[in-house]
Amino acid sequence: MSKSGKFSLYYFSSPQSFYPLAGALQPWFAALAAVLCAAGLYISFFVAPTDAQQGESYRIIFIHVPAAWMSMFLYLVMGFWSGVGLVLNTRLSSMVATALAPTGALFTFIALWTGALWGKPTWGTWWVWDARLTSELILLFLYIGFMALQAAIDDQRRADKAGAVLALVGVINIPIIYFSVQWWSTLHQGASVSMKSAPTMAATMLLGMLIMALGFWMYSIAATLARVRCVILERERHTDWVAAEIGGQK
Amino acid sequence: MNWGNWQNFLAMGGYGLYVWGSYAVTLIVLIAEIVALVTRRRGVIEHLAKYYAARRRNDET
Repeated sequence: MSKSGKFSLYYFSSPQSFYPLAGALQPWFAALAAVLCAAGLYISFFVAPTDAQQGESYRIIFIHVPAAWMSMFLYLVMGFWSGVGLVLNTRLSSMVATALAPTGALFTFIALWTGALWGKPTWGTWWVWDARLTSELILLFLYIGFMALQAAIDDQRRADKAGAVLALVGVINIPIIYFSVQWWSTLHQGASVSMKSAPTMAATMLLGMLIMALGFWMYSIAATLARVRCVILERERHTDWVAAEIGGQK
Repeated sequence: MNWGNWQNFLAMGGYGLYVWGSYAVTLIVLIAEIVALVTRRRGVIEHLAKYYAARRRNDET
């Protein structure tokens, strides 16, 4: 694929080669997301049993936990590509980080919203300023801050660099969110699923949650690929290949 | 899980407002993002087409 004729990962680090690849992959991730979410919703509502303690209110878990996982995971991915862009000066890495932020912010919002609607019947309150909820709210502000900072700086390179520094500093918040339920006494329950011990929930409940998480993951990839294509067109508009690409569209 | 009828399914054992409030907002947010992405792509292509057309006109004159 490269000039030497050998396949190279560097080939796809150029926006020009990544643009068609993203376009080719995007529909597949979108289709996978649709199938997984449909299967996950079916299990969530028609297979998983009623919870002995919480009744039917627990069914919020099937979107709450996957959304919360995605909110943290997407931030780590955004921080990673920001860091790569900062160190290696690869434009595509910064574009991917930029494209990840809105989807990450949306999943953070969903985690907070569904958490409030689950907290009300379970704890008797929509919101408390405990460690888990507060650190997740800070995550939302980090995403919004990243987007606002990048939008506020005209010079694209400087915008990428400033955004990357903010994203990397904010990464410290992720372990704080994750371990907050262990480090501080919080109203929020501990993890139902962890790497160390067996899950403390029925197998069909866990299955529904994991399939929904996979569905959200595939959705995030599809949305990010669609958005990075827009970002590439906007930022590379001075190149001949984008001119040719747009010429072909009309 | 057998709900028996639609009323039971919608009631969610008395938690209908919370459960459906969560799922409805999630659905709205994701659909809004998809619509925004489709609109943005159309907007970018339209904007750039005008931009290149203007540049061509400039080159000719």
